Amino acid sequence: MQAEAEEGVRATKYPMPEQDPKERIKNFEEVALGYDEETAVKEAKRCLQCKRPGCVQGCPVGVDIPAFIRAIQERDFDRGIEVIREKNSLPAVCGRVCPHETQCESLCWLSVGCSRYMRPEARRKLEEHLKRHGVVRVKREPVAIGRLERFLADYELRKRAGAVGTLRTTGGQGGGRGKRRGAPSGVEVAELLCERGKEQRVAVVGSGPAGLSCAYELVRLGYDVVIFEALHEAGGVLTYGIPEFRLPKHVVKAEIERLKELGVKIVTNVVVGRTITVEELLRGFGAVFIGTGAGLPRFMGVPGENLNGIYSANEFLTRINLMKAYRFPEYDTPIRVGRRVAVVGGGNVALDCARCALRLGAEESIIVYRRTEREMPARAEEIKRAREEGVRFEFLATPVRYIGENGWVRRMECVRMRLGEPDASGRRRPIPIEGSEFLIDVDTVVVAIGQRPNAPSVRGLAVTKRGTIVVDEEGKTSVRGVFAGGDVTTGAATVISAMSAGKRAALAIHKYLRDQRWLADKA
Amino acid sequence: MYEIVEKRELAPGIKRFDVFAPLVARRARAGQFVILRVNERGERIPLTIVAADAKKGTVTIIFREVGKTTKKLGSLREGDCILDFVGPLGVPASIKKYGCVACVGGGVGVAAVYPRARALKAVGNYVISIIGARSKELLILEREMWEVSDELYVTTDDGSKGRRGLVSDVLRDLLEAAAAGRRRKIDFVTAAGPVAMMKAVAEVTRPYGIKTVVSLNPIMVDGTGMCGSCRVTVGGETKFACVHGPEFDAHLVDFDELLSRNARYLEEERLALELLERAAGNGGA
Repeated sequence: MQAEAEEGVRATKYPMPEQDPKERIKNFEEVALGYDEETAVKEAKRCLQCKRPGCVQGCPVGVDIPAFIRAIQERDFDRGIEVIREKNSLPAVCGRVCPHETQCESLCWLSVGCSRYMRPEARRKLEEHLKRHGVVRVKREPVAIGRLERFLADYELRKRAGAVGTLRTTGGQGGGRGKRRGAPSGVEVAELLCERGKEQRVAVVGSGPAGLSCAYELVRLGYDVVIFEALHEAGGVLTYGIPEFRLPKHVVKAEIERLKELGVKIVTNVVVGRTITVEELLRGFGAVFIGTGAGLPRFMGVPGENLNGIYSANEFLTRINLMKAYRFPEYDTPIRVGRRVAVVGGGNVALDCARCALRLGAEESIIVYRRTEREMPARAEEIKRAREEGVRFEFLATPVRYIGENGWVRRMECVRMRLGEPDASGRRRPIPIEGSEFLIDVDTVVVAIGQRPNAPSVRGLAVTKRGTIVVDEEGKTSVRGVFAGGDVTTGAATVISAMSAGKRAALAIHKYLRDQRWLADKA
Repeated sequence: MYEIVEKRELAPGIKRFDVFAPLVARRARAGQFVILRVNERGERIPLTIVAADAKKGTVTIIFREVGKTTKKLGSLREGDCILDFVGPLGVPASIKKYGCVACVGGGVGVAAVYPRARALKAVGNYVISIIGARSKELLILEREMWEVSDELYVTTDDGSKGRRGLVSDVLRDLLEAAAAGRRRKIDFVTAAGPVAMMKAVAEVTRPYGIKTVVSLNPIMVDGTGMCGSCRVTVGGETKFACVHGPEFDAHLVDFDELLSRNARYLEEERLALELLERAAGNGGA
């Protein structure tokens, strides 16, 4: 290792092999192909193995990043994935969709170098260290932590696929003829599904990142965990929201399958609040975790928004990802995408929609965003890929009206914006410029301006004006025994922050069930 | 997997299933619906819960075979399973004692009106039911509607049964008679059926200011408020039929928009059906 280090450390990341943009816009297969073993080892060797690593501080679930990278350096991939799994239940997912560039990788001393996070003395030391390793000051990129995480996760998936064979699915609340016994109550559902007593059972509502990560921790702590999912397939946003080309569904399925092997039960087709209430669940389970996400679409309320051809991002993506509409008529759910598609919004969801539109045959796919590229919340890497694929960007514009013909949208009237003072989000506030209206011809519009939280109604559950569930730092809600985490408590955020909240809540649930104490200050 | 415990053909192309789905049956109330998916490649479609038996754990659905999904569904036999069946969804119907109510159903919409009529009857309303179909053979649930109604009127488009004409014609006559003092005043109207029929009912009751609700049938995907495919304009506001409805004030619904939105996938629906029939034809040959 020493010898190789002396050769000098490459200043930039080893590039990620990708499908050619011209080819990939014709298919839904994954864009980023993943490092091979040799590249992964070489990339891992860029890591300086800092004694006080910044990257770990940047990881919401606290993965011991230098340790797994060291394992890759030593080609001990089994140990590497073990290290990640210790803290992260969905590495194959996070390796693909985490915004590494703003988290772990943003604190990689290799790239940060002179960081305001460092004491001057440490800074000097680092600079010396970098110089010794021959790393050039300019254009120094962080270690590709995300790509290495994905490499290990894929290594494990491949290995398991070879060993395990076909996937099983537990699903459905029904049951065959043999099980027929009338309608079970909430308590009976719990008893049907769990082996241990009530204090050892936890119900998790929603099978997205928050729920899955909560379940993972709890099952490792020895609890009987049952996840209730409203849709017919588990995974939440990983399944219905993020497209195949960014997160293949077989990867999501494999991660979920692993959880099931650990003992987590997943019951699909149960809408908590409708099919069964949280109050009922509390009768059968020691605690309930709500991780229902932010899945309610937001519309702008501008005239003409209900014209045919205008989708919410959620509808557009659900048809494509969950229902496989891109394979219509082989699959029964249709989707209609015209020649010119406009996607309103600047987040990852908007980019996903714009890129899906190209793959569905749109000749032009335009992102209409009210601020500029600088303020886009989407991941830089995805913006780059979208651009390579031919997505066009119309910055500083927002729709004010849709004009239709025979019920279908034909044109979108936009107004030009300028940026004013920073708002609460710290980004400069867009201000419409009077009289700057202009028209864009469109056949299809996707409104991707964010999602609202999706909290089930529970008596006594405190909810904010924005619809998020109020929780304390441990994830406790205002109802005894009920915890919550993820987008339903924060509003739409990232997969990893939801996972982190799920995990935190799992530990709080463990404490609660062990001590049978809800409020810390009361005996 | 949700077993079809009983299957009956009510009319040519109109089928009734009792599906074993105990958790849905347990909490189902009049006016709610389920979303089902026939098989792995199937789409999610909403169907009204016609009846539910919590003891047996069964939910009754009625559907007309109009497209690929309903045809596939209709081809299932007793003992077969539906892959996904989720509910009860939507807001339950507004059931209370209004006095004299009219329950108006057209075509397979009678299946959506029946549970409402039954519930309205159960709380002590005087129930006048008006049901219609294109022709005698396609009229469904006549006996069941009789059982829960004080008066029942039947119409068919071709006059093969009952009065020739539309359900809204009968309703108009009843309202006119009531206005003239020749019969009891109607206090509340609930209707379900084709969009044009519901619109006609709304127009008939509007001049009288009678509270009228309709059960809407827009295209849905998830059915839990997540996609907005089912959005309808009610009183100038956008509502999601799956979570805010499916029942809305008929006098406030933009029926023309609903009609237009329901036609979004006509071409795709036609193609899917054609392919299904071609495949069936090949299978038979």
